[in-house]
Amino acid sequence: MSIAVTTQLICFSILSLIIIVGSLGVVLLESIVYSAFLLGGVFMSVAGLYLLLNASFVAAAQVLVYVGAINVLILFAIMLVNKKEDLKPIKYLNSRKLISSTICITLLSLLVRVDLTDTWIIADPKLSIGEESTIRLGEHLFSDYLLPFEVASVLLLMAMIGAIVLARRDVLSEDISTGLPVDQELIEKSDKPLLTQKK
Amino acid sequence: MTNGLDLEFSFNEALKSFGVPSEIAHIIWLPFPMLIVLVAAVVGVLVTVWLERKISAAAQQRIGPEYAGALGVLQPIADGLKLLVKEDIIPEKADSILFTAGPILVLVPVILSWLIVPFGQNLLISNVGVGIFLWIALSSIQPIGLLMSGYASNNKYSLLGGLRAAAQSISYEIPLALSVLAIVMMTNSLSTVDIVEQQSGAGILSWNIWRQPIGFVIFWICALAECERLPFDLPEAEEELVAGYQTEYAGMKFALFYLGSYINLILSALLVSVLYLGGWGFPIPVETISRILNIPIDTSLVQVITATLGIVMTILKAYLLVFIAILLRWTTPRVRIDQLLDLGWKFLLPISLANLLLTAGLKLALPKFFGG
Repeated sequence: MSIAVTTQLICFSILSLIIIVGSLGVVLLESIVYSAFLLGGVFMSVAGLYLLLNASFVAAAQVLVYVGAINVLILFAIMLVNKKEDLKPIKYLNSRKLISSTICITLLSLLVRVDLTDTWIIADPKLSIGEESTIRLGEHLFSDYLLPFEVASVLLLMAMIGAIVLARRDVLSEDISTGLPVDQELIEKSDKPLLTQKK
Repeated sequence: MTNGLDLEFSFNEALKSFGVPSEIAHIIWLPFPMLIVLVAAVVGVLVTVWLERKISAAAQQRIGPEYAGALGVLQPIADGLKLLVKEDIIPEKADSILFTAGPILVLVPVILSWLIVPFGQNLLISNVGVGIFLWIALSSIQPIGLLMSGYASNNKYSLLGGLRAAAQSISYEIPLALSVLAIVMMTNSLSTVDIVEQQSGAGILSWNIWRQPIGFVIFWICALAECERLPFDLPEAEEELVAGYQTEYAGMKFALFYLGSYINLILSALLVSVLYLGGWGFPIPVETISRILNIPIDTSLVQVITATLGIVMTILKAYLLVFIAILLRWTTPRVRIDQLLDLGWKFLLPISLANLLLTAGLKLALPKFFGG
């Protein structure tokens, strides 16, 4: 075994270990902030796997989109609404946990079975295009995948307009969640006084 | 294409002549450029801190540090040593794991980005194909470190500072990436080496700053905002606020933030010089000079001189930009947070999109000057 192959094997095992342990942590940890940070770690390790597969552009895009944008947004959302409040106890928590874990394990065994029974066609590593892949990706995006590319951009535009409408409440005459008239000047709502009244 | 000096090749050849197999030689070679760049980055920080102290003193008609070494050149080392031996405090109610991981996550992507900074044809750690895109991707990790340290401090000022810092660096990332994209479109490549090569045709006249003046200004503003330098240093705002996400930090963990921000400043200056000021190129092309002097460019002595000239030019350009950044810091007032976000989203973003469109149009109309 040459040194390059050994290095690859070591990197692959470490990355897969991080991905498996990290994603288990994302699901199982009680603290939502830890879950979010671990999710970032998992995304990074997936980018590492792409690097091992010689897809450096996809790896960089993975870091930029998933770690730099999505994970940061998740963290922002958590930190902006991280109120200390006691959550209501959920009924039948244990049976719910049991049912969801059963479904997850069934899905996992299905995937493992597909993995083991299917014959995978492994491309010759000598045919790998390596650094050329950026150009090839661009060609594909603007020829055979042009329609999905454009549809995705329309989807993003819709999401953006939606976000602007939600952020500019004066477009809507009443608050969606409470049904009260929207007043831009007064943040204090009649049902929720900001200052606690003295008794 | 001239090959210039290839130290790796010469090093491997030298080892092979001692009977070392090429794979082992490659592994022995690997740590050298990394160590050199790491040391260069840290020394660069020391120089920048000294410059900052001296220039700020000059701007305020003081003398500045003068007792530590000649002209106070040892002052940054004294500062660094002081931080190194200070007690490492983790607040009692802080989350100690995240508190420790935060500064690391801020520093590591910045140092990793030095991977793509070229000091010459073959004088960079790795000429990766995705080059400048890698830098953009890596710099997008930084906000996570800021949020992490802000959250872990368990202090409302830290949390707010972290959120502010992350919001600032996210909103200025977009115009930054768009102005880089205009350059990439002209070069047809993401590699930093190719970007410099494309500017090397006619010396100073072919530098990208003449073809991308708007992009240059946008990039510089965004780079300053990304480094949290005044006029965009809202997350810290030394004179006015509690120090933002680093409020609870002391000793070496604080030093990591400090180091990170200065390394980032030097990195940004280096990348501006690579993207817009011709990188390692001399204002008059070296090929022309050697033709006039009638010296063949391939002789080893000329190659060594060219490589040295390249390194000197890169560092000179970068430090010129660092000087401008320091002058800006001590002469301009700070913007407000709403002005900052307005500037980012309502001014720089549309302008950079227009710049991209203009570049695309000019590329089609004048392929000779804007890269066919």
